[in-house]
Amino acid sequence: MSAAMDTLHNAQVMNRAALTRRLVAKLTDQAVIGGIGNTNFDLWAAGRRPENFYMLGSMGLAVPIALGVAIAQPRRTVIALEGDGSLLMQLGCLSTVAARGPRKLIIVVWDNGIYQITGGQRTPAAAARTDIVAIARASGIAESHWAADEAEFEALADRALRTPGPWFIAARVDDKPAVTQTERDPVRIRDAFMRGIGSRA
Amino acid sequence: MDGTPSATWHGIVAAILRQNDVRLVTYVPDRVLAPLIAAVEADPFFTAFPTAREEEAVGIVSGGWMGGMRGIVLMQTSGFATLPNALASLACACQIPLVMMVSERGTLGEFNLGQAMVCRTMRPVLDALGIEHHTITRLDETEFIVDRTIRQAVATQAPACLILSPLLTGGKRFSA
Repeated sequence: MSAAMDTLHNAQVMNRAALTRRLVAKLTDQAVIGGIGNTNFDLWAAGRRPENFYMLGSMGLAVPIALGVAIAQPRRTVIALEGDGSLLMQLGCLSTVAARGPRKLIIVVWDNGIYQITGGQRTPAAAARTDIVAIARASGIAESHWAADEAEFEALADRALRTPGPWFIAARVDDKPAVTQTERDPVRIRDAFMRGIGSRA
Repeated sequence: MDGTPSATWHGIVAAILRQNDVRLVTYVPDRVLAPLIAAVEADPFFTAFPTAREEEAVGIVSGGWMGGMRGIVLMQTSGFATLPNALASLACACQIPLVMMVSERGTLGEFNLGQAMVCRTMRPVLDALGIEHHTITRLDETEFIVDRTIRQAVATQAPACLILSPLLTGGKRFSA
């Protein structure tokens, strides 16, 4: 068994909303792309930021959208928050990220092993005990890590915010539903995000 | 043809992209698009690279535009057929001027039935989503159509699609 698999099996199951709040508390001007479903509901609940983009569709595209922002604004750190089911739809994007090597891109994946918003069905990756951190590392993202507990998540986030990436941080999370839902006005969300990251005055 | 870049469809397209400050080019490769891909990859003005799937290319160019950098996605017909969800729920819903260029397979001498079938879905999907699209068939109309389509997409914050007909590019020929 690989070291990464050991870490997966040893990782504590944490709470997504609590981890999201811990991450958001560290942020200043970083852009955050929130993947669809509970990932961006919890981002919304952690406090509105003009630098947040809340996806309302296009499942699996949080990482590509974040990569696009990172290419357009190489001095700004960009964070993709994504669920394991969403990432599983678009695994090829990890090779694209590795090939581009954006130094200020951080991918954070909440792994609960289920399609929570559609009724909690298990993902095929959960059934197969697929290790998404091992996939990210094998795709060429050297800084790919499981966060074993809250303290390690905080430590990894701090390192990722300060040292060159790209980074891939995954945390096992529980099946607690999001505490609220995102406002559903995509044009307003997009325009606020563009103003928040200075693309539009 | 006098052999200068502007005398080829791909030379014209690269020049118009540059004039309109379209710097980010993401693509899934295609034989017909190969000279345009080679041209933008060789020119440091452009940030051009392949993705594993067309949806990814759409996400990157959408993110790039939100970050202040104009872009375009290059693909072939079968690649376009993978896109309706991303177009509807990202580019259309968020009003993002996603410019696409599709090399048209499946018509005018196609040899692969799969390509011919998927080609029939392209324009109905674009029409259903209300996405403006133009098919370029003539070299002398290429500059006008590409330039005006990019300008309108940006000005109206609407996705747009440019279809490269085999009448323009010569298409891909059966060589068994």
